[in-house]
Amino acid sequence: MTAVQNYPFALIMLFLASGVICFVLSGRIAKWYCLVLCGVGTVMMAMTLRYVLAAGESYVYLMGHFPSPWGNELRIGPFEALMAALFCAIALFSIMGGMEHILEDCEERKVNLYFASFCLLMSSMLALIFTNDLFTAYVFIEINTITACALVMLNYRNGGALIATTRYLIMSLLGSGLFLIAVILLYDLTGHLLMEPLGAAVETLRMTGGYLFPLTVIVGLLSVGLGIKSAIFPFHTWLPDAHANATSASSALLSGLVLKAYVILLIKLIYRVMSMESHAVSFAADMLFVFGVLAMIIGSVLAMGEQDLKRMLAYSSVAQVGYIYAGIGLGTTAGMIAAGTQIVTHAITKPMLFCAAGGFMGVSGGSRRISDLRGAAWRDPLSGVAFFVGALSMIGIPLFGGFATKLQLTLASIALPGWKAWLSIAAIVLSTVLNAIYYLKTTAALYSKDGTSPYDELRVTYRTLYRALYVIAILAFIILNIWQGIGSGTFTGIIREGLSLLG
Amino acid sequence: MGPNLLANYYETAAMLIFGIGFTALFLSRNMIKKVIGFNLMDTGMFLFLAAKGYVEGRSAPILTDGVRSATAYINPVPAGLVLTGIVVSVSVTAFLLALTVRLYLKYRTLNLDEMLQRSRRNEAES
Repeated sequence: MTAVQNYPFALIMLFLASGVICFVLSGRIAKWYCLVLCGVGTVMMAMTLRYVLAAGESYVYLMGHFPSPWGNELRIGPFEALMAALFCAIALFSIMGGMEHILEDCEERKVNLYFASFCLLMSSMLALIFTNDLFTAYVFIEINTITACALVMLNYRNGGALIATTRYLIMSLLGSGLFLIAVILLYDLTGHLLMEPLGAAVETLRMTGGYLFPLTVIVGLLSVGLGIKSAIFPFHTWLPDAHANATSASSALLSGLVLKAYVILLIKLIYRVMSMESHAVSFAADMLFVFGVLAMIIGSVLAMGEQDLKRMLAYSSVAQVGYIYAGIGLGTTAGMIAAGTQIVTHAITKPMLFCAAGGFMGVSGGSRRISDLRGAAWRDPLSGVAFFVGALSMIGIPLFGGFATKLQLTLASIALPGWKAWLSIAAIVLSTVLNAIYYLKTTAALYSKDGTSPYDELRVTYRTLYRALYVIAILAFIILNIWQGIGSGTFTGIIREGLSLLG
Repeated sequence: MGPNLLANYYETAAMLIFGIGFTALFLSRNMIKKVIGFNLMDTGMFLFLAAKGYVEGRSAPILTDGVRSATAYINPVPAGLVLTGIVVSVSVTAFLLALTVRLYLKYRTLNLDEMLQRSRRNEAES
């Protein structure tokens, strides 16, 4: 066993320990500590990714060297390593991009608590990506729930944040309750919690034809439980408030990463426990597909009617998560690759948009209303560019990330016979048109020069250190986006290889 | 159906408790009732798990009188899961209650609908 193989476990533990360390650090030190930690994490995960790609296979990391079925395992393959590397990098850029607002929005003596929650959140997301054990997944889901809520709540001087947190927490708890009951039922049927023996046992059950009804119920519970937590339509009602009322770094983390962690877990469960063959013909796949398609359209429609910039972006997240679920619901490997591509695309685009929204609010007296933000792109040119790039990417213009997703999803749908192909292509077209309408309308408002905004004289200053961090973060996001658009083969190729190793 | 439900009365009761808790957490407007609902929901699951882990006539997996045969003891894993689950449930309850205190201090009510109304009124005023 080489040193690189230990990195995933080491990084999870490092983030967990840092969560405790940040409690005793002062906010001033904690923020730099977290930035360095995320940087280190990105490098470590990139090295792991290089290792698994070079080895061409995935490996299982035994914790405490207890073999299955007694031990607890991590499983590391190209798919997981890519997602983990990306999560660390995006967390780094989100924190950099939102640093100014974190310090403004949190009480000064609570800044270190923000970073403590952030570290625990990162560790839980990495654990969800890597874990091979369902009960471990449940425990980290709850850690994720609490810390994600804490990240929203630490902004409690903003009026709506408390109620938004409450709704978010309650919906999340319902989701994790359903997930836990599904895990318990699975354990009762099979006697396993690790994904490999569990998958084998489920396969045997299916062969012998026993317990088919409970298995269907379990798959449904798992899908709905994880679906509630990743805001699948119609369980998205908590999302706009929670994402809009948080500080911009939290919004970026929550929309870019937290929603995706659950989807990644669901993809792993589909591949390793339920098996792709049975997923393709299952009721759960159809259900996820229909919900995804509805989300693509209704999320966009709701976003069109929104007068609040961050709420608009949040509704757009609902639509974008719909793309992921539509890809999963297609039930083919191509659909899964499209879903993976969309996870990457949305994770590099939406945090950029939320950081840009934070930039606009900074030069508009903290207001989120689009009418107050008119002309904000001139007052803060870099945010303007970032928002424009993000908007083009979300619409799906070629050369930007969003195009890669739409291409993959369309290809996956065309290859499929039957009703799903038509429905999916119709939804992609309709959703693209709706996206174009509201994103371009908003961009036009941000670039308007009619001088009706009361903040017309404000200008952004580039002299502070935080501004430098912001510039670096935004540039990194833009580069990632264009890279995903032009060289989309890079990420998609790794996802394809990773998914083939998962099954 | 009926006889099975009666024979597995532990599981039946656990699912009923889970259902009651889930409904309370989902539909009740009062924060405290929601917290109680959440705890009921988790308790239902723990009862289910513990009932499934128990085998009639065997004892807890602690070595007694030198009996080493595995058939004398029950499976310890469900008990371990219940313990872990209780820890998770306690921390989430603490978070929910802390949130409830904050909400009460701010809105002077425990009813979520009233909170929403008051928060909208505050927004309209400011």
